[in-house]
Amino acid sequence: MKNALSEQQSLALRRLLETGLPLTSRPFQALAEQIEASEPQVLEQVQRWHEQGLFRRVGLVVNHRALGFAANAMLVLDVPDALVDEVGRRLGQAPGISLCYQRPRRLPQWQYNLFCMIHGRQRDRVEAQVQALLEEHLLDDLPHQLLFSTHLFKQCGGRFSAPVGARSDG
Amino acid sequence: MDDLDRRLINRLQLGLPLVRHPWQALAEELDSNATELLDRLHELLNDGVLTRFGPMFDIDRLGGAFTLAALAVPESHFETIAELLADMPEVAHNYRREHTWNMWFVLACPSEQAINDALLRIEHLTGLVPLNLPKEETYHVGLYFPV
Repeated sequence: MKNALSEQQSLALRRLLETGLPLTSRPFQALAEQIEASEPQVLEQVQRWHEQGLFRRVGLVVNHRALGFAANAMLVLDVPDALVDEVGRRLGQAPGISLCYQRPRRLPQWQYNLFCMIHGRQRDRVEAQVQALLEEHLLDDLPHQLLFSTHLFKQCGGRFSAPVGARSDG
Repeated sequence: MDDLDRRLINRLQLGLPLVRHPWQALAEELDSNATELLDRLHELLNDGVLTRFGPMFDIDRLGGAFTLAALAVPESHFETIAELLADMPEVAHNYRREHTWNMWFVLACPSEQAINDALLRIEHLTGLVPLNLPKEETYHVGLYFPV
């Protein structure tokens, strides 16, 4: 059994990970050197955090516009409360849906309680994809709207922002 | 961007293997070598095609409070109010969308109280009442951009 990291080392490791993973062939060794621990200790802690769900994966944030994903649409639906969990889970698993959340209605100004994000390359393709999805799941009779974004004004916050690498989609 | 860049981006979006030699493991999958993959990743980050490489933390497991908010902004005031929000440190990003509710932004604050304060400040500064739409249930988080 390997020795676990001290509380202080764990905290230091977490802070380092918030800034990203070192771009080197043995990143966990590089991290271990910075917190005066061993590579197996660091790897074990990182694996444990992953299993516990602190982070979903060690992966990428892509600049989706630079990669040609210019059609960013928010599909909002008014789903009866008794069905919203089931519909949310089904739509969340559908191909092409990148995020799916329940949010509160604010009547009378806002009637929609289910939000899905779809990122595509072309607007007409996204529209067709959404229509097909709603028909497939027999949801096209529910009140819904598709809100395309036309401009991004601000990418990132200043004083307090989510620790780097967290998704800040509210 | 060539074929290897594309395969690397697609593969890394699924997650780096958590092993001692992760790049060696990926190199075998992608029929490349570790040094080449690291060089490619470095370049994609420098070019701004990728904005981050590292653990994707689950926001619900960290401290802080977040919400999605919207404003219905008269067209003549749109730019002014967009600039006003851009100056607020609590505003994480702000999209214009085609709808009566035409300004959609995320607030990120240290606490729920700070979220409410920020919303009140926005209301005071703009004369518009924001919709406050915090997440109540997460059904799916899986951003994936196949290239």
